[in-house]
Amino acid sequence: MLKKDSKKILEKSKSLGWVLEPDAKALMKLQGLDIPDFILTNSFEIADLFLKACDGPVVAKAVSKKILHKTEHDAVVTGIFSSDHLKTEMTRLQKLDGCENILVEHMVKGLEIIIGAKNDFQFGPVIVFGIGGTSVEIYNDTAIRMAPIKPEDVFSMTQSLKAKEIITGYRGRAGVNMEILAHLMVKFSNLIMELENDIESVDLNPVICTKDGCVIADARIILQTS
Amino acid sequence: MDLKYLFKPSTMAVVGVSTSQDNHPANVIYNKNHLRYPVKTFPVNPKGGILNRETLYPSVGNIKEDIDMAVIAVRAEYVPKVVEQCIQKGVAGAVIISGGFAEAGNLKLQQRLVDMAKEASFPFVGPNCLGIYAPDHVDTFFLPGERIIRPDRGNVGFVSQSGGVLVDQMVKFAGQGIGVSLAVSIGNKACIKETDMLDWFDQDPETKVIAFYIEGFEKKEGRKFIKRVEHCSKPVVVFKAGKTKKGIEAVSSHTASLAGNYRVFSEIMKQYCVAEADSEYELTSFCEALSCYPKGIKGNVGIISLSGGHGVIAADACELYGISLPEIEKETMNTIKDKLSPEIRNIVSLANPLDLTGSSVDSDIVTSARHLSRDTNIDCILALLIPYSPGVSADIGAKLSQVARNEGKPMIAYVPNEDKYKIIIEGFELNNIPVASSVEGAVMMAKALVRCRPC
Repeated sequence: MLKKDSKKILEKSKSLGWVLEPDAKALMKLQGLDIPDFILTNSFEIADLFLKACDGPVVAKAVSKKILHKTEHDAVVTGIFSSDHLKTEMTRLQKLDGCENILVEHMVKGLEIIIGAKNDFQFGPVIVFGIGGTSVEIYNDTAIRMAPIKPEDVFSMTQSLKAKEIITGYRGRAGVNMEILAHLMVKFSNLIMELENDIESVDLNPVICTKDGCVIADARIILQTS
Repeated sequence: MDLKYLFKPSTMAVVGVSTSQDNHPANVIYNKNHLRYPVKTFPVNPKGGILNRETLYPSVGNIKEDIDMAVIAVRAEYVPKVVEQCIQKGVAGAVIISGGFAEAGNLKLQQRLVDMAKEASFPFVGPNCLGIYAPDHVDTFFLPGERIIRPDRGNVGFVSQSGGVLVDQMVKFAGQGIGVSLAVSIGNKACIKETDMLDWFDQDPETKVIAFYIEGFEKKEGRKFIKRVEHCSKPVVVFKAGKTKKGIEAVSSHTASLAGNYRVFSEIMKQYCVAEADSEYELTSFCEALSCYPKGIKGNVGIISLSGGHGVIAADACELYGISLPEIEKETMNTIKDKLSPEIRNIVSLANPLDLTGSSVDSDIVTSARHLSRDTNIDCILALLIPYSPGVSADIGAKLSQVARNEGKPMIAYVPNEDKYKIIIEGFELNNIPVASSVEGAVMMAKALVRCRPC
């Protein structure tokens, strides 16, 4: 059953037609999925404290009801190490159309994959999986399964990708932790089944995967228009 | 809904038989069933009259005997009334040939039929369809018998949204010697849909393979279909049209159904081990292969050929279809070599493909097939038999079939489809070994077994 808090998130996003990134990630977290440490603020001082407390770089993103595709609006800045850089970018992001808040989060490194869902006309909820990032449409190296999926499906989906070795590891590079990935995708597909009547599509892109785990670095949920 | 009387009727009424138009669909249907099929057929026309010295019944209600099934071929606006009469009479189901419903924008008229049928538990096929063909039993296709080529009775159950594709596929099946248990053109599929047909064929003892030509599913219908497939005990083959943008436009204007995103369709078929055929040729090959081997294979094929070239062509096709040609065990190779005729022992190519050369004789082929079947790396044998060389006898089909049955591994043969070689082809086919008429066709059959492998 969908948690009360999850329902609240969907309810308040209905008029917008999609769920803002912080809320979408909160929904994933309620389901027990990993998201990076983050703060949501408009204060540079608080953001700077967060940066200093972080062991490594941060990402800053504009949270705006008017910006659905952040990359297209230059609303994401990765690799912020210094306070100066953070300040300049925060100031710039705050001027973007409709910017309400700045999401500052720990920058996770690893392989970028996409885990998505679509409410298909003929088959209902389906899960999409492949190499992620901003060029997914170009490569379109994805596998699709009808939800809910089983852990075995995650393995067969990986095997069907052209880029399967990038996920399983090649040339001495460690692959992705398949058990954690399978666990994440099964949980995600269960969530999608519960949201069947609410959602149009969901993008978790990128999900950053390493040999130690998988973290959802960005999430977008498009709701059904009734 | 009990579909038994609809698909296996003993008595049938044909409504709409004309006293003036010999080519009227109802006349064609009445004539062919009345004259050539065991089903007892009654002609009906509300205006009555006489046709070929027989009196037409003004309504199904006037027929004294119980009627299992009615074929309705009257103008769309009269169909509800005929359906009502059928329900009153206690007819067990109908095939509605008439067009002019959802496909012509008359959704309300079609919905009226659906509502009537639901209330009375009265199953019907169509509207806007050719109906059903059960060899040696009943045929509601409004195509004169002399114009079509019909497959014999067999074990493939075939369902098509398009009547034209269905008839064309019947010709292809007949050409390849594939028999059908029942072929159904479901047209607008207002009442009986793919899922109902899947249930029917799953429990039908005469059917071993269930094949579909699908243009599109309605909302969430694809999910329902897959849920039934999951519990179906027989291999399922699909051929999807409307994969491209142009194709989708053609489908939308053709049958009033919405074709969805093709990749989703194709990936889900794979997920649930439905063998999706990529072309009509594959559809034919898949049906033949799966009617012999319902269980599927991993896809490790061993090829026996009598010419180097055929082995290479097959190997290329295997690569293209993602079928692997594993190396043959040393032990297997040694055993085969020991048993080959001395004349060819040093000229054969002992690898995979195994080229026995044009100098080989029956016993070389049989020995190779036997020991290749015993190799644990191999789960299917492709026997490419070009019967041109003198060492190959007319018995090779029957002999190799015995090997396949003894060893228990699927064997697929290629023999040129010529009358001259019929004895070889039948030697295989009568022993339930599928025969392709091209090298590529043989590889397609192996692909079918890979695609329906239980996940």
